[in-house]
Order: sequence, then C-alpha cells, then structure tokens
Amino acid sequence: MTYLAKPKLHHPSLAKNRVGYTRRDYEGRISTLCAGCGHDSISAAIIQACWELDIEPHRVAKLSGIGCSSKTPDYFLGNSHGFNTVHGRMPSVLTGAYLANRELIYLGVSGDGDSASIGLGQFAHVMRRGVNMTYLVENNGVYGLTKGQFSATADKGSKSKKGQTNNDAPIDLVTLALVMGATFVARGFSGDKSQLVPLIRAALAHQGAAVIDILSPCIAFNNHGGSTKSYDYVREHNEAVNRLDFFPQREEITAEYGAGEVTEVRQHDGSVVRLRKLHADYDPGDRIRAMSYVQEHAARGEVVTGLLYLDSDACDLHQQLDTVEAPLNTLGAAELCPGLAALEKINASLR
Amino acid sequence: MQKIEAVNDFVVKFANINGSGSASANELFARAILRMGVPVSPRNIFPSNIQGLPTWFEVRVTEHGYLGRRGGVDMMVAMNPQTWDQDVREIDPGGYLFYDSSKPLPRAKFRDDIHVRGMPLTEICNQAYSDARERQLFKNIIYVGALTALLDIDPAEIEKLFGEQYKGKEKLLDSNIQALKLGIDYGHTHLKPIAIKVERRDCVGDRIFVDGNHAAALGCIYGGATVCAWYPITPSSSVAEAFQRYAQKLRVDPETGAHRYSIVQAEDELASIGMVIGAGWNGARSFTATSGPGISLMSEFIGLAYFAEIPAVLINVQRGGPSTGMPTRTQQADVLACAYASHGDTRHVLLFPEDPYECFEMSAQALDLAERLQTPVFVMSDLDIGMNQRLCRPFTWDDSRSYDRGKVMTREALDAGADFGRYLDVDGDGIPYRTYPGTHPTKGGYFTRGTTKNAYAGYSEAGADYIYNMQRLRQKFETAKSLLPLPVLCAARYPARFAALFYGSTGPAMQEALDTLAEQGIYINALRIRAFPFQNEIADFIASHSKVFVFEQNFDGQLTTLLVNEAGVNPANLIPVLHYDGTPITARFITQEIAERVSRLNVRPLRHDMVA
Repeated sequence: MTYLAKPKLHHPSLAKNRVGYTRRDYEGRISTLCAGCGHDSISAAIIQACWELDIEPHRVAKLSGIGCSSKTPDYFLGNSHGFNTVHGRMPSVLTGAYLANRELIYLGVSGDGDSASIGLGQFAHVMRRGVNMTYLVENNGVYGLTKGQFSATADKGSKSKKGQTNNDAPIDLVTLALVMGATFVARGFSGDKSQLVPLIRAALAHQGAAVIDILSPCIAFNNHGGSTKSYDYVREHNEAVNRLDFFPQREEITAEYGAGEVTEVRQHDGSVVRLRKLHADYDPGDRIRAMSYVQEHAARGEVVTGLLYLDSDACDLHQQLDTVEAPLNTLGAAELCPGLAALEKINASLR
Repeated sequence: MQKIEAVNDFVVKFANINGSGSASANELFARAILRMGVPVSPRNIFPSNIQGLPTWFEVRVTEHGYLGRRGGVDMMVAMNPQTWDQDVREIDPGGYLFYDSSKPLPRAKFRDDIHVRGMPLTEICNQAYSDARERQLFKNIIYVGALTALLDIDPAEIEKLFGEQYKGKEKLLDSNIQALKLGIDYGHTHLKPIAIKVERRDCVGDRIFVDGNHAAALGCIYGGATVCAWYPITPSSSVAEAFQRYAQKLRVDPETGAHRYSIVQAEDELASIGMVIGAGWNGARSFTATSGPGISLMSEFIGLAYFAEIPAVLINVQRGGPSTGMPTRTQQADVLACAYASHGDTRHVLLFPEDPYECFEMSAQALDLAERLQTPVFVMSDLDIGMNQRLCRPFTWDDSRSYDRGKVMTREALDAGADFGRYLDVDGDGIPYRTYPGTHPTKGGYFTRGTTKNAYAGYSEAGADYIYNMQRLRQKFETAKSLLPLPVLCAARYPARFAALFYGSTGPAMQEALDTLAEQGIYINALRIRAFPFQNEIADFIASHSKVFVFEQNFDGQLTTLLVNEAGVNPANLIPVLHYDGTPITARFITQEIAERVSRLNVRPLRHDMVA
C-alpha cells in the first residue's frame, strides 16, 4: 500500500472500455492493508475483470463481512454502493439485497475467518439457495486484524508466526461449496493474476452462486516457513487443473487452440468459458468427481486451482421464487397494495 | 346448592389432550355462538407438543363485548383424565362440570359445590363407530352437540358452519351432522338442564374474527412488503405462513403469474434479519416475524441497522422467555430487549398493538415508519393476540394512501447538484437522505458501515464525527415521537386521583376491569400506550395523578423501567402491577389488584362526586 494518493487526473490516452470507463474509474480508496498483502492483488484483479467486462461500476453492489478481506471493497469500485456488514453474515445481507433488486451485480467479499469460522453456516446456506452472486473468499488461513490467530482454513500441522502448531482439521471451502450446491466453484491464487482475472470474469457472468476460494497470503502473520498459506508454499504446491479464457456474450472468439486442447462451456447469458486443460483427466462438469479430485490432491499436499466446477444450466433464487422481472424495490402501491375492495372481501370471509 | 345463572356472560373451559382433534371442535362451538350474534373470545392454552400433552380452550361468552380473559370458569368440559383434579378444582362454586362418564369415577373425584353432567361419550362412540380415528374425532363433535343442547345454542348455526367447512365434501358433512345430532339428542333426553344459556342477540355487528398473526401478515401485504425472511418459532410462525397464503392470492402479476413478493425461510434468525436488512438497504420493504429468542439472536444485526440507518420491520410475537422458555405461553417480556436491542448506544421504535385490528394497522404503518426513520421498527405483539382469534373492528384501507418511502435521493436530484451526505442532517429532523444502490454512475455511491464514518459516509474514527452522528440519531429519535400513534385515554366518569397505564394485549381485560371498578365506586383514568419513544402526553398524564398503576405481563416491570429511563417520570409515582404466569392477564386480576391497592392507600369513596 501507499499513503500517497494517486493523482485524480487521468492520462488522456488511457484506454476506455465499451461503456466509456477507464481502468482507473474502477478503483476505490487507497488500501489500508499491509504492503504486499495478497488481498490488494485481488482488488486489482476485480478492477481489471470489471473493466474488461464493461460493467458499469455503479451497477455492482459490494458486500462484505468483517476482517481484512472485508475492508477491501472500499478499495475498488469507488462509485459502487458497498456494505461492510457484520462478522460472518454477509451472505444473508447479500441475499436480501439480491431479493430487492435482481438487476444489480452482487459481489460478496469475505475471508477465511469470516466464511469458514464464524460464518460457515451462512456460507453453506447461501450456496444452497443459488443466490446469483460472485463470492470471493480471500483465504490466508489467519486472522489478520486481530494479529495472527489461526482460522478454520489453516491446515493441520501448520505453524503460526509465534510458533504454535494448528491441531484442528482444516475446512476446505471449495469442497463445501461443491457439496452445498454452488454452481460455479473455482480456486485461485492472488499471486497468479493471469489465472485469477478470467476466473473472476467468468464468475461475474455466471447466473447463479459462484464462489472463488482465493489463496491470498498474509504478509504480516502467515508468510513464514511452516505456513501452508505463504507465497512460497502456494507457489510450490499449486496444481492448476486448467487455464481459463472467458468470452462475454458479445465478444467474438478469436483465440486459436490446437485440436483436443480445449473445452468450451456456454453459460446461460451466452458467454463462453474456454478451458485449456492442464490435467488431462479433469472434467469441470462433473461435480462428484471434482470433490474427490480436490480431496485426493489435498491429501498429497497439493493445492488444486482453476475452474473446478461449472453448471452451465444454473437456476438462481429469483427463478426458483418465480418473482416478477421488475426489481422488487421498484414496485409501488399500485402493484403491491390490493386495495379496499379486496380487503372488504377478506373481512367478509372472517365473519 | 348455589347455581351460577347467566345469559350470554360466562366462561366455558375445555380440557383436552393435544392432537386429539379437539381444537377444531372447540372452535366450532365458539363460532356457533358468534353466529348467534353474541361476542365470544376464545383462548387456546396449549403445550409445546404435537400430541399427548394437556391443552385447554377457554371460551369467554360476553354479550357486553369484553374480549379479555375474565378469570374463573363457569363450566368445565373435562375431557382429559391427566388434568382432571386441577380442572375440577378450577370451577367456580355453583358452576358446572361436563365429563365423559363411560368409566365410573369415585365420589372423591368430584366436588359438592358444583353441578355435574356426565355423558358416556366413549361408550356412545364405540357403539356408533368402529374406526378408531372416527371414534376420536366424532367424540369431539358429539360433546359439542351435547353442549349445544345444554346451552341452547342453535344447531342450525353449527350445521351452517359445517356446510361452509365441508363444501363439496358431502360425505364428511353428513357424518359430522349425524355426530352432532347424536350429541344433541342425548343432551335433550338425558342431561338435566343447566342455568347458563346463550340467547340470540345482535351484538357482533360488522366485526371480524381473526388472529393477530394473520392480521399482521395482511398488514405487511397492504403495507407493501416485498421481502419476508423468517425462521420458524412459536408463536410467530403463522405470520410468515399467512403472508405466504395472502401473497399467493393478492400479489401475483395477473398476466404472467409471477410473484410480486419473495419469501425465504432462513437457516436461523441471524440470517433472516440479515436478509431483511440487505433488502432494506437496497430499497425493498422487508420484514421478519420472530419471538424473544429470535430477537436475542438478531441483536448484533439490529444494532448495525440502527447505526447504518437501514429500514427493517420486526414483528415480535412475544412469549415466555428465555430461550426455550415457555414457547406456548404469553408474556410482554421483550420490551427492554427490543427497546435497547444490541450493543452500543441503541434505541428502537416500538409499536404495541392491542388486538388483530391494530396488528394489521401497525404492521402496515411500521413499514412506512421504518423507511421514514431509516431504522428498525418493532411490532410488539404477543401470543395472546397473535395466536387467538379475536373479535375486532373490520380492517380498513384508504385507497388514496401511498407509501411513505422516506428521504430517498434520486438520480435527478444528484444530477441537479444536491449535496449528498448519507449521514448529514439537512432538514434538522435528524433524518439524512439515502440513495439506493445503482442510482447514479458517479454520484451518490457510498460505503455502508456501523459508526466509523463521517456525515458523508467516509471512513472516520474521529471523535467529533462520532459525536455528531450520535446526536443526530438522538434528534431522529425525537422526530419519531411525532410520527408514532398517540396513547389512547380512557377517562373515568368522575375526576380521578389514580390512573392506570397499560399496553398491548392487556387492553381488553382492562376495559372490563375499569367498568367493574366503576361499579364499585373506584374510578381510574387509564391510558393505553401504543408506541415507544414515549410522547410527552404520557409524562403529562403520569404527572397529573398521584399514583399510576402500570399493568404489565412480565416480572420485571419492563415498561415501568423504560418510563423512568426515557420519559423522566418520578419512579415514586409508578406502581407496577405484574401478571407473569404465562397465561393472559384477566379482568378479575386487574380489578382485584386495583381495588386492594386503592383501599390500602386508604382512600374510600364516600360519595360519587368524591371518588378514588
């Protein structure tokens, strides 16, 4: 991070996207996180992904819980509405916001303490309901703001900065999301932007519950030897199953690939996810296989990254509830109030 | 032997076993009397159980229209051997015991000062029916038949009710009518008449018969709620369930069939209030229904909504606490928990409905208030109002009424250069403007947090910003007073030194008690509080009486505490009178408490123009 504000003046030659915004228009306030924090790389990836996707910044609602990760929505998309909710309960607030207005893009930002410890219940249930959102877990295995306690994603046997050993079994949010019915499940690494940006783009376009578990090393409390969430450890044990190219609906697919090298998945909104396989045996359309694959590799100490599961026919909460097309927050008394005549009929039925 | 004699003014209590199908038979009994133009007020006193435990159904028959619980029992319909002794004990001297005499009982099981009418119900059922379930269900209808004969209830009204209930199910209709006739015939031929009777009147008028939870749900429909998030908890579950049923009829797009509402049964109360707050933040009217334990779980979120200034409506159907507590018993024991819910310096708006009519009114009004004040608003119902059908004024709605969406800054206003400070007091009423997410590409966006903020929603831990915010919130709370329903005065016929304060479900019993006391020459001015924060009228009322009895259905005198804390009332002027056994407060309890205390205060009326 820097304490020096970036100049507000934009260079006139900065490229604009289709909706007329430069990349700088997607920035937020200056980060107050530690220099080198993985979370800042994720914020940069979100900025990049939104700019590339031609999303109007104010059409995104950013919601978070409590913790270092949950502070980050202030550091990107500065013209969007953001909501720093309570610890571990962002999913319910996001669900309510989504019910109120189905037309905005919902970005949930959380951490491993927020989602796997205090908020495990809400994390699981929001996946079950198919809320149309992109849920990013900035996972560093440690509580940063309270200075270095283990979180529930810390691996068994990993060591804290103070030398304590974690004896509890870790919670794998990717596996949990798969079990609970998330329809887009991925894992990324804050240190690999070329993998992360397309994952976020594809997740934003996904019309259902999309979750990306992003390993994001904590430079202050969890980047030492003995940690399994440090930059070095993740780089050494990263097993990317695929590389992703994402093509929004309107974009022509121009890149060329060798025969048999790629799989294409078309999503509900017409966008195309093109996957270059790195592991020949990996099929992101197979949820059951994805779960065992992730677990098999975890048992070998490998961290599987990439797009792990995608259900291109995802059904979201509003579809399930059969709500009207217009956002509920735009309906007025004319649409909502049945009026006196109907009330008198009800009165008559109660005599 | 003394004999209770009454026409259209008595209490019948049914003692049954939960899950035996008695509830619908007993309701039938109550409705038949209502259809004869005589007001009734039934109360279901039930256990936290689906089958097997004791349950009671108390029907107050009241030509005068006293809908509170009177206290005492004139006739006991004792159908539960488990509670026989207690049930027999409860009958007023000179009252009546109706029971199943199939199995002989020793003389010691009865009392000498009551009138006993036995009917071999099981025997009759066993002869008439071979199927076990039929024996059980029709036994209930048969005893309703016998009571019809004893009390002179018009059987044609019950047959009409059957006709409405079993429309298109002729077989069921016939078998029910047969069972009823079996009971009536037995009653006429074998049972000695009794001296409590129902006579046809025209005292019901256009009133409706409905429970408070259905009324609150309908209020949310009319008030424009589009998001309902809830978690099942007795006694509030039927609010959300009724909202669903009404919405399916009243909130469907006529062309597409799509829903103009959304309902989520959340995984717990934390999630349900979270959803309500998320929806409120995003500009939809939203509510949850819960009870005390739910309020406890929601508390952190309630504080966030208070400080982040997000509209939310909570319908709290109060029950006996804590935690599992007495989930099927009624209390007004969440007053303080709701008034001050959450950590930090928080204060919340409370509405106290008296009956289903006010449940409807106040739920709809709460949705307006929540958006006008940008804060959580509690509708403080309770089990007695929420889960019992009560006779009340018919619901009304002014079709010209529009929703008060509060101070929402639009895209046009932002384009016109309005100075948008999310937490800035521009009008002096403490209420800031808000924007809905997605309003404007470059203006009006802000980051919502608890208290680390300045008036423009920028991150700030500066003391001056915190103080500004807290003082503005206090100003907003002052503003609330002018928007809330005023207290209702029930003035005594003669100038009175003593007064009573009451709220919520105590209302109907209080009306009856005041009349009874006046007959005894004790005149009391009574004020029904309908909202918190308290308006000045309440402090003035207290100040103008030497002693004020505060009637509450809790142990701690919670409203009394709130009055002392928040209305600057001298505690010495207040005498809390508390009813907290989990049953609804009775008129007899109020009458007795006031009469005793007034006499202890050594004040005796000498003449009617010099009254207590």
